[in-house]
Amino acid sequence: MTSIAAVNVVAFKTIVVKEIRRFMRIWVQTIVPPAVSALLYMMIFGTLIGSRVGEMDGHRYIDFIVPGIIMMAVITNSYANSVSSFFGAKFQSHIEEVLVAPVHNVVILAGYIIGGVCRGLMVGALVAVVSLFFTRLTIENPLITLLIVVMTSMLFSIGGIINSIFAKGFDDISIIPNFVLTPLTYLGGIFYSIKLLPDFWQGLSMINPVLYMINGFRYGILGTSDFNIVWSFFVIGLFILLLGAIALYLLNKGVGIKR
Amino acid sequence: MKALEIFGLKKTYANGHEALKGIDLTVEQGDFFALLGPNGAGKSTAIGIICSLVNASGGSIKVFGHDLEQQRNQCKMQIGVVPQEINFNVFENPRNILITQAGYYGIPRAVASTRADEYLKLLDLWDKRNAPAREMSGGMKRRLMIARALVHRPQLLILDEPTAGVDIEIRRSMWTFLEEINRQGTTIILTTHYLEEAESLCRNVAIIDHGEIVEQGAVSELLSRSMVQTFVLDLKVPVTEPPVLEGYTVMRCEHTRLDIEVTVGQNMNGLFQQLAEQNIEVVSLRNKSNRLEEFFLRLVGQKEKEVAA
Repeated sequence: MTSIAAVNVVAFKTIVVKEIRRFMRIWVQTIVPPAVSALLYMMIFGTLIGSRVGEMDGHRYIDFIVPGIIMMAVITNSYANSVSSFFGAKFQSHIEEVLVAPVHNVVILAGYIIGGVCRGLMVGALVAVVSLFFTRLTIENPLITLLIVVMTSMLFSIGGIINSIFAKGFDDISIIPNFVLTPLTYLGGIFYSIKLLPDFWQGLSMINPVLYMINGFRYGILGTSDFNIVWSFFVIGLFILLLGAIALYLLNKGVGIKR
Repeated sequence: MKALEIFGLKKTYANGHEALKGIDLTVEQGDFFALLGPNGAGKSTAIGIICSLVNASGGSIKVFGHDLEQQRNQCKMQIGVVPQEINFNVFENPRNILITQAGYYGIPRAVASTRADEYLKLLDLWDKRNAPAREMSGGMKRRLMIARALVHRPQLLILDEPTAGVDIEIRRSMWTFLEEINRQGTTIILTTHYLEEAESLCRNVAIIDHGEIVEQGAVSELLSRSMVQTFVLDLKVPVTEPPVLEGYTVMRCEHTRLDIEVTVGQNMNGLFQQLAEQNIEVVSLRNKSNRLEEFFLRLVGQKEKEVAA
């Protein structure tokens, strides 16, 4: 008889494949639009306005903003993937397919997280390719870049799952992205260095977790950051553990998915 | 061997509604078992708990000897469920729905593909295997849910109103299919509102009402306890007023139709003799409803009165 561990390995692969198939089936909705948005950001802010801004932190403005724009695409798409996929599964009740099977909640959680990471990284890679039309994009620290982008993508995938667990309608899955995620991302230093801000606003910016992700990623690519990037790893790691534990607790309790 | 044992199962929802009030139920391995009851009786809640979709408030369940709380995964491996509502991804195609479901039970993709094809052919879904599931008819969707429930080869198949809204031809073919897999050894628990379905398919039955099992036993034994049957007589010539038939109750008299209640022990000869004496010519005779339905309605009606009182 197949061991439960072996069952869960196959189940994990199944969830990941299902997730990738889902967003690839609707690639026009999931993969292309972020690349188009990024192209517009780079054209308008990078080339048209950026030429008048001059240097930022010792880099051309377009070079400075590209890591932030890539990261923004990764964050929004990782979140969007897990929130829409998990909520869709709840809404159509096909989440029950996996709930009736001998699949551990850790595996369900991990499967949806990896699905979100795959979409986030795919979109991030596409935006990076688009950026090559505007900048040379040399990566100073490939390992740090990869670690930060994967960890950030994981974190926002978990966030999306928690959002969808509590969501009761489609409105509920757009509130967090519109009113929390977007402001935090835009104020997280995509388009500027926080060194430009007055002391009070610099201090306030330091409580924005997205700042640590964008700065960590920018450090990986450009080699410059507003602070020591150990903080980036610490903050992202801490939030992954915290939100991961919350998501697992909610799944174990059956909140939003069981009667 | 018992396929399913339920002891004192209780469920109280957050709003205080007591859906199950401590039910006990046993289903033998290989049985074709009907779980009947009116809407809101607690059938789907019980099934939900057995399938780990609903958290129980009390009691315990064993599936083929495995305790659901202690050995949930072993229990899940043995159970296949066809829920009342369509619950697959309607944007996915049937073949992938089956392969994915098999994957959740640890079946590698290559094996899952072969099995998916097998069940798609068996349940006459082969032509639609690559079309989005939303394009299938209601009957096809029901059959897809049966295929999905069987793809990991469970020993216990639970069907919650599998033929609801399905035309009679497809319903009959589903009956034949279910009878065949039961013959091959799969234990089946069926809930249905079509009582002729339960009467013709199932060997044992439990009737649940207001969260309690009100009757349980062999279908044949319950039917033998059915005290009254109603017959519909079609007459050659219309009657204007109900005939007086000593010992029999005329339930309805309408143009060329008479509904007459016959209790156990009475013979039909006496009825026909009295009709003949009154020059009432009968051209055909049939049961008003099937016997299990009549038994069920009386039982549930009695319970309603008790609750109202």
